[in-house]
Amino acid sequence: MTVESTSRRAAVKRYVPAMVGVGLVVLMALLPMLDISIPGILPTPTYMPGSLALLSLCMVFAALALSYNLLLGSGGMLSFGHALYFGAGAYGLGIALEHFGVPLWPGILIALLGGLVIAFITGAVAMRVSGIPFAMVTLAFAQAGSVLVRRNSGVTGGEEGLSLDTAQVPDFLIGVVNTRNLYWLTLVVLVIVYLVTLWVDTSRLGHLARATRENEQRVRVLGLRPYRARLIVFVIAAGLASLAGVAYMLLQSGTVPRAVSADLTITILVMVVLGGVGFRWGAIVGGVLYTLLDQRLTVLAGSEAIAGLPDVLRVPLSEPLFILGVLFILVVMFLPGGIAGTFDGWLRRRRGERARTALRTLDDAETMVDAPEQSEVRV
Amino acid sequence: VSTLVLTLITGVGLGALYFLVASGLSLIYGLMHVLNFAHGAFLTLSAFIGWMVAQALGTESWGSFLASIAVGALVGAAFATLTELVLIRPLYERHIEQVLVTVGLSFAAVALFEGIWGTDAINISGPPWLKQTTEVLGARIPNTYWVLMIAAVLVLAALVLFLKKTRYGMIIRAGVENRSMVTALGIDVRRSFTLVFAIGGAAAGIGGVLAMHYSTFVSAHLGATLLIFAFIVTVVGGLGSLTGAAVASVIVAVLQQFANFYLGGTGDFIVVILLALVLLVRPSGLMGKRA
Repeated sequence: MTVESTSRRAAVKRYVPAMVGVGLVVLMALLPMLDISIPGILPTPTYMPGSLALLSLCMVFAALALSYNLLLGSGGMLSFGHALYFGAGAYGLGIALEHFGVPLWPGILIALLGGLVIAFITGAVAMRVSGIPFAMVTLAFAQAGSVLVRRNSGVTGGEEGLSLDTAQVPDFLIGVVNTRNLYWLTLVVLVIVYLVTLWVDTSRLGHLARATRENEQRVRVLGLRPYRARLIVFVIAAGLASLAGVAYMLLQSGTVPRAVSADLTITILVMVVLGGVGFRWGAIVGGVLYTLLDQRLTVLAGSEAIAGLPDVLRVPLSEPLFILGVLFILVVMFLPGGIAGTFDGWLRRRRGERARTALRTLDDAETMVDAPEQSEVRV
Repeated sequence: VSTLVLTLITGVGLGALYFLVASGLSLIYGLMHVLNFAHGAFLTLSAFIGWMVAQALGTESWGSFLASIAVGALVGAAFATLTELVLIRPLYERHIEQVLVTVGLSFAAVALFEGIWGTDAINISGPPWLKQTTEVLGARIPNTYWVLMIAAVLVLAALVLFLKKTRYGMIIRAGVENRSMVTALGIDVRRSFTLVFAIGGAAAGIGGVLAMHYSTFVSAHLGATLLIFAFIVTVVGGLGSLTGAAVASVIVAVLQQFANFYLGGTGDFIVVILLALVLLVRPSGLMGKRA
């Protein structure tokens, strides 16, 4: 085998995933024009608004899961406050349109900027600690955001939620007839989010963030600044979540306080872990799968087959979140790589490489942080 | 003056409630480095079961009130022990996964509670005395606050006695200080993990039943709200420090009540600001070990 053919093979290998990705995007873009029925998964043929709305929601959550994967998978930061930035995007857009009276595009810009500013401030404070305390602090910040949203009903609509001020939105994005335009918009958002995460992961910044995740002390010794790299990754991830929030607001033409709640953060976490931490395609699969499952299980919960069961079975089965929670526990305990990690591990083992899930790596990094403290006492 | 006294005493009472939840969290974190998201679920289940016991025995009498607290503590301890044995132990030393499992458990448990007891809050009643007030320096203090304070002091005293005087308590304290050393001495620390979970669960169970009387209703989300304040308290007090948790509970709750009274209901927000300040000045918390 010549050197030339090996390098060509490597080049082909590199381009195959890109080609598959482009192919998928083209297919998704064409879906509204096609008549494909997938009974049991999609409620209607693909060109009808019902399916398009569901698929759009899947893509919004896939984008959100991607942004969280950037945080947890690449940056190694277990945040419990990611919903704050999603909510900032959704509420930011709603407030900009309703209270500032600006048109849609400047409104989106305001929402994104707002999300970034909030992320910068909260991130800079929360990163004073790392690991589990970081998780607790981000949770507290998100909770403060949630309280603010619920309390200030004059601005945010309180428990009722905030509906989109349609006077400021171009006509082609309003109404059931135009669901396909919204669908394309969310597809564009998903592609943007994917490209940004890809760019961060392959950039110098991404390398630095990953190195920090593995061994912060070593990065410091090399004279680099782990804090800054982490903060930038955090802010970028939050900005992407805000973008997903904006898309959500347009798609649902309104938002409820749940968009900033700890519940939503946990939902994102479930998506990412289910799909596989550290894999971009895993996050997308997780987001889509979770949204579809949630939808289907809710339908199942209301079905007659469930209503006829005895209480012991009926009560748990009629709670979609219970089933998803149990599924999540099972995945963490028995399939810690999630879908993508397990698949990747299987591929690697076939090639005779060592496989290690992203969560394990995070654990190891944490143990290393703990270790010096313990050795001190031993001396 | 009377409003000042009222805010102060209700603040301390609320702090007592936070302490009941935070003490277990802090101990568990200190020994095992696990952030237990399921703590809220322990609390909620205890509240529901305690409520059912009180319903069965008649809500008016003190006997049924005390019985519901005792049952709440037992339920909390049993639930926590089971969680440790089934979910936490198989994931030994894998902290991130342990946290994720407790997240999943709380997620599933809240949904299950909603399925069993419904999504709406259920109004409850206790002994009539709890509804009345006691006058202190001109301030009329609702009696639930006294009960909260007594319970927290008893739990704190019991915990301190247990940790200082018994062999298991000493192992737990030593484990918090330096776990590898304790293991090196040939002591099975894992047994004390279960014990710490059980103790934390019992404290949360007592807290759950009392939280239900404090808010006069019980719902599937009772635990979630309290859990977040308990997290804040444990971070502010210093992770793993029981005294820190006790001091921070009172500081956080008093500050919260003052802000709610004098700054127009901004209590929750002020607490988060306090958290941010503490982190900026002392990232390891008031009484935490150097991080």
